[in-house]
Amino acid sequence: MTPRAAPPSPGPALPAPRGPVSRSLLRVLHASVPAPRDPGSLAAEADPYGQDLQLALYVLYELHYRGFADVADDREWDTGLLALREQLEGRYLAALRRDAPADRSVDEVFTELLTEPAEHAGSVAYYLQHHGDRRLLREYAALRSLYHLKEADPHAWVLPRLHGRAKAAMAAIEYDEFGAGREEMVHARLFADLMADLGLDPSYGCYLDAAPAEALAVVNLMSLFGLHRGLRGALVGHFAWVEVTSSPGARRLAEAMRRAGAGPAAQYFYDEHVEADAVHEQVVRHQVIAGLLADEPALAADVAFGADATTWVEDRLSTHLLTAWRSGRSALRG
Amino acid sequence: MPNADKRPRRVSVEKGGPVVVEGPVEVVAADGTVAACDRFAVAICTCRRSRTYPWCDTSHRAHKRPDGGSGQHRGRSAAVEEDS
Repeated sequence: MTPRAAPPSPGPALPAPRGPVSRSLLRVLHASVPAPRDPGSLAAEADPYGQDLQLALYVLYELHYRGFADVADDREWDTGLLALREQLEGRYLAALRRDAPADRSVDEVFTELLTEPAEHAGSVAYYLQHHGDRRLLREYAALRSLYHLKEADPHAWVLPRLHGRAKAAMAAIEYDEFGAGREEMVHARLFADLMADLGLDPSYGCYLDAAPAEALAVVNLMSLFGLHRGLRGALVGHFAWVEVTSSPGARRLAEAMRRAGAGPAAQYFYDEHVEADAVHEQVVRHQVIAGLLADEPALAADVAFGADATTWVEDRLSTHLLTAWRSGRSALRG
Repeated sequence: MPNADKRPRRVSVEKGGPVVVEGPVEVVAADGTVAACDRFAVAICTCRRSRTYPWCDTSHRAHKRPDGGSGQHRGRSAAVEEDS
């Protein structure tokens, strides 16, 4: 194959740096020069949950989705960038393995997730249902847009790594996420419509600079699990977490949108998720997880880890949002 | 009315939860109203608590008691079956 000059990507603008690792990375991408072969000691010492590492990792992962304006498409496979990515995600993964509960069975994890909590002090959806005015709903949607504008994309990477029952069921759920053949029903499109109702800019990647590390960590988790075949069990556990917890939260958020008069598309996004994810959670548990573990029983610990790591990063984001909102501050970066 | 498809339509029953039917589905209520859904699978509420009846909205789920224990509306079911 003859190499050809890669045209610049039409993606969003590169974000502003948040520390030495992201500054060095962004300089390399802006200048279109090769990344150093050795990622260096800065990356090896970066806080795994900090702004700098999470932003650098987010930018590196984004090269596998839509890229950035004026960054050549083939930077996706720049070996220097991949070496940096390996170092950063190694730090992140090690922190998750250290901090998420260990040695839990899949049944234990999901029985807990399927039990509704008695109190809701830590629930962002509950808070927005009762206190969510238009300003808070806009903040929430802006942060969540980093995922919802590529909803279900990182999970599609697992399809070639599944077989039989698990693959058929996962593909069926993804088909639903991608609109079941109808462009206007693609969930990412429904979210863009929600953003327009709320007066937000629905352009892909628009709110990256506004997103705190806790919000980046949630999206980086799914990219990490999605891009590594070796983490296919964790990806399935993560995806099941999303589907199992979605319906009750979406019902509260639909009520929040209705109460704030956010508009029909904003309500519809969450109404659709109440109904769709009540189906998806049945299919993901009984077909995708059960099918995967019938084929590869040794992946049970990773499935549990994927779900528990998701709880860990989502709880950190919830704490960030609720702490800011309860003290009257914005949860976005200024 | 029978399905034109020769293959039997699969219906999965979750203990304490919805009945999952391969879509598309029309549910005809006692008063004759018809609810239709063309999703690949449809979860039909059996607990009658759903706010989006006849479709499941996960209202059947157990609630943790304030003392930290968990109560179940219906019989317990495995969150994930080991195999089938």
